[in-house]
Amino acid sequence: MILALENISQRKNGQQILSDVNLSVSRGEFFVLMGPTGCGKTTLLRIAGLLDKPFSGRVKYQSEPIPHRGKERLQARRRMVTVFQRPVLFRGSVFSNVEWGLRIRGIPEDEINRKVSQVLEMVDLVEYGDRDSCTLSGGELQRVALARALVIEPSILILDEPTTSLDPNLRFNLLRRLKDLHSQTGITFTMATHDFTDALSLGTAGAVMRNGRIEQMGTIDEIFYRPSTPFMASFVGMKNVFPAEFNADGAIVEELIIRHTSNKRGHGFLAIPPEAIVVSREATVTSERNHFTGIITSVERTGSIFSISVDCGNLLIISSVTRSALSDLDLTEGQDVYISFKASAVHVF
Amino acid sequence: MDQLLEGFRIALDMIISGDPVVFSIAFRTLMISVTATVIAALIFIPVGCLIHFNRFRGKRFLVSIIQTLFSVPTVLVGMLVFLLISRAGPLGSLGMLFSPGAIVLGEVLLIAPIIAGLTISALSGMGRDISDTALSLGAGQLQMILKVLSESRYMVLTAVLMGFGRAVSEIGVAIIVGGNISGYTRTLTTAIALGVGKGETAASIALGMILLALAMIVSVTVNTLQHSEKR
Repeated sequence: MILALENISQRKNGQQILSDVNLSVSRGEFFVLMGPTGCGKTTLLRIAGLLDKPFSGRVKYQSEPIPHRGKERLQARRRMVTVFQRPVLFRGSVFSNVEWGLRIRGIPEDEINRKVSQVLEMVDLVEYGDRDSCTLSGGELQRVALARALVIEPSILILDEPTTSLDPNLRFNLLRRLKDLHSQTGITFTMATHDFTDALSLGTAGAVMRNGRIEQMGTIDEIFYRPSTPFMASFVGMKNVFPAEFNADGAIVEELIIRHTSNKRGHGFLAIPPEAIVVSREATVTSERNHFTGIITSVERTGSIFSISVDCGNLLIISSVTRSALSDLDLTEGQDVYISFKASAVHVF
Repeated sequence: MDQLLEGFRIALDMIISGDPVVFSIAFRTLMISVTATVIAALIFIPVGCLIHFNRFRGKRFLVSIIQTLFSVPTVLVGMLVFLLISRAGPLGSLGMLFSPGAIVLGEVLLIAPIIAGLTISALSGMGRDISDTALSLGAGQLQMILKVLSESRYMVLTAVLMGFGRAVSEIGVAIIVGGNISGYTRTLTTAIALGVGKGETAASIALGMILLALAMIVSVTVNTLQHSEKR
């Protein structure tokens, strides 16, 4: 474990921003901290980057607790770098910006020149060394900020919503670059984002925050395919999330019995992925253990697929079908249809 | 009107011909004001940094007091320094009264709030972005402060120039603790006051023009620096 946050709480102006947060990041991981805007991600990253002290709790670097002041804290801080949401560059040239972190560490001149040239090449800014920092575009500025952080060869690179202020094209390029840099350098990346598509494309592990607390932590697959709470299910974009009573027969949801493969009993939640639901005009014999009838209440285009809402008594179940399936089945609003899905497709939590 | 025009003509002649009395007063004024400004800058830029970069109870109140003192009457500072360095005062043994050193001391106190206060404003104007960036790149506390100072250098230099402007044009301190002694503590402002009183219009206008020129140089430099800061 390269970085661990233990029981971190933070207060600002009498307001509780973080409550008892526990988080750990393994060496070499691309850890993604997700959550809606204002949930405390930046506050947590500032504590992790040793820029702020927590109200309570402690930060551990390589299993060693970091003191709140003194030389040890500075030494630990020098092993990590934060690239802020809107990075600022110092006055002067791109080169003078990138070299600054090395210069304050007393690195010899020839080594500075070698390392800066190397890192500028890494971010495709070789020709930009002499450029005045205030003449750069948004994307170039982000790359200089990255180069300035990477040149120090940190153990941990902390990125606070780096794609927020970029247009879609620059955002795509930066995400690709971050992925490449992570695999090239072996540095542990910790990135905050409110956009879970960033997490899916980059992360190896992560955590989701809500109201200053960690809602779920684990691998990206665990977070996105095995959400542990209704909030998590909704955050990762799951549809068909229902409260249910679980017994030996299955899960009872609004008088329907939904079969599943879990051993859960009592109250809980289940989610049915829309893509796992088969819609047909006629009753079919399938291996699926869940079969219901209903009426189509709406057909909506969502990107390249269509969402079909089917009213099954008191339960509205959403299925997604392709354009060709929609036209083959000739599905329209008001039609009676059959829906079916496997018990193993039902996610219980 | 004729007397005024005649005064201007003679004043110009004095400046062009390099009148030794006028120029010695101007030179002395510059030396005293520059010395006071350098001393004040060396002490009160760090004081401004200390106040800005530290959290303590009553900080906002202290900054308000400093800002209020920007416009403290010069005669009040003159009187305070007089009480300090007169024979009966706590620093009387130094024998500084009616010396250029006394004027320097008074002017340092006079411009201290300007330099400290405008330094605080300059540093506050940078926000937390620069200090956070410097810290995250591994700067120690002193390295971070020096970086923020360096990034706000034009505004800090403006603070110093504003201090110099106040020092060079003040009269209260110079007349009370300097004593307006000819060839020793006479400055541009005290010489103008004396000249007007004695009816020496031309010499007063010449000195006034030099004073105005100095003020203009300061003003133009401040504007140029502020323009650089905006860039």
